[in-house]
Amino acid sequence: MIDWSVYSWRFLRVWERNLVVYQKIWKVSFITPLLEPLFYILAFGLGFSGLIGTVRYGGLALSYTAFIAPALIATAVMWNAFFETTYGSFVRMYYQKTFDGMLAAPISLEEIIIAEIFWSATKAVAAAAVMLLVLGGLGYVRFPLGLLLIPLALIGGLAFGAVGMFFTGIVPTIDMFNLPIFLFVTPMFLFSGTFFPVSNLPLWVQPAALAFPLYHLTELARWISLGARETPPALSMLYLLFFFLIFAILALRAMRRRLIK
Amino acid sequence: MANVIEVRDLLKQFNGLAAVDGISFEVAKGEFFGLLGPNGAGKTTTIRMLYGFAPPTGGSLKVFGLDMKSHWRPIKCRIGVCHQENTLDPDLTVEQNLHVYARYFSIPKKEAVRHTHELLDFFALSHKKNAKVMELSGGMARRLILARALINKPDLLILDEPTTGLDPQSRHLMWDKLTALRATGLTILMTTHYMEEASRLCDRLVIIDHGRILVDGGPAELIARHAGSSVVEIEGPDQGLRDYVKENRIEHDDLGHRLIVYIPEGVELHTTIRDRFCTDKCIFRNSTLEDVFLHMTGRELRE
Repeated sequence: MIDWSVYSWRFLRVWERNLVVYQKIWKVSFITPLLEPLFYILAFGLGFSGLIGTVRYGGLALSYTAFIAPALIATAVMWNAFFETTYGSFVRMYYQKTFDGMLAAPISLEEIIIAEIFWSATKAVAAAAVMLLVLGGLGYVRFPLGLLLIPLALIGGLAFGAVGMFFTGIVPTIDMFNLPIFLFVTPMFLFSGTFFPVSNLPLWVQPAALAFPLYHLTELARWISLGARETPPALSMLYLLFFFLIFAILALRAMRRRLIK
Repeated sequence: MANVIEVRDLLKQFNGLAAVDGISFEVAKGEFFGLLGPNGAGKTTTIRMLYGFAPPTGGSLKVFGLDMKSHWRPIKCRIGVCHQENTLDPDLTVEQNLHVYARYFSIPKKEAVRHTHELLDFFALSHKKNAKVMELSGGMARRLILARALINKPDLLILDEPTTGLDPQSRHLMWDKLTALRATGLTILMTTHYMEEASRLCDRLVIIDHGRILVDGGPAELIARHAGSSVVEIEGPDQGLRDYVKENRIEHDDLGHRLIVYIPEGVELHTTIRDRFCTDKCIFRNSTLEDVFLHMTGRELRE
């Protein structure tokens, strides 16, 4: 039986707390999403374009930089959200005892976890917005449709924030995050149609890429930015929402098992 | 007057082992109640159940007449908790710690700011309001935790070892503040290892060990009942003394190299002991709560 009394709008108070902390360092936090896409575009534009020429994707022939630009936003969403609910949340939970302090107030553990996941998505949105500004300015995103990348970053952020929170619920020590990062996030970063189209892969590995949430986020980002796609957008959207829901439930269970004794 | 806390046969098991093994007590409104016991006795586990952090395995737990299981949120809105370990938010300044914590209780911003100002003033922390909590001394951090526990103007304050690790100056300041809070009619439940602290502050206390309540009463009453009015500690007791206390059925603890005799009110034993058995060294002193505590819970180490 589900105890619904532990869910309320009060999770926003915990979200607010993270915002107060963020306001102190936001200027520094914006440097990464500002410069990172520039580095990639510069490196791949200068170094790779001579080797690759055009990329055939979804019926379009794209320059290599135009191909990876939307993927850069998608990967930034992933890294931002995933790092926040793994390292960020683990430090708050384990080292700073921030959750213990909150649990003495009329806030439930479930509300804290939901707030942390939403917070990670908020950071992902902030990073995506800055990158949208940079990449849009360089002409890699069509407007006004490109503004849909903002709500997309929220959905993507929720999905990766939830799976990160799940790992936080089960890892014994903070060093153990290496495992999900090298076995889950890094392969996903490389094989999700980010740097080359999944259709270039041999047929037998293509279904594996389709299981990656980053693949679907990249697909949607590319569809919004360029209007081209490999997979139906509705399917990708459903996959992300489903992924978020499943891992949010698993994260809530894992954290309850971990903290409520 | 209704009781603020009512605990009946409260049970908490971890992997089948009972940390709290069926305790019952109540705390009346305005009472300063002490929960004493050695390490691992079940004090912190009990407290964690009282502020809704840990769900009990069995028994009933009512605060303000409400059941904790079904009414945890309205109960927590009226409780202030002062944790044993530092749970201050290191990402925030002293002032922000109180502002943000007030928001957890949905206290309007204006009121939170005003109340924060009053609390920092009361706990002599105003000059540190923009400091990071990492920069605070142990005493200041403790006072800030207590200030934070009062941000919602609670009807019940729960203190888990509020003065552990503090120097005597900070401890006395803490006692002054707690005494002042008690004078306002606030109901307080405290755990402590310091018997002097418990004697000084508590109206009533229980000593628990192995998850069970051993004794229950006011500090003076407990001392009179379990440790007499005075104590004689005899170094290097001889067989004669051992036989004497046994024959006369005098309360005592035999530690081998030392014998502790508890002398009840109105009994004249001092002269006898001094003249007949004080071969080496004897200490004559008043009984304290510490005598009760050690007599009840034993002297072996717990860690």
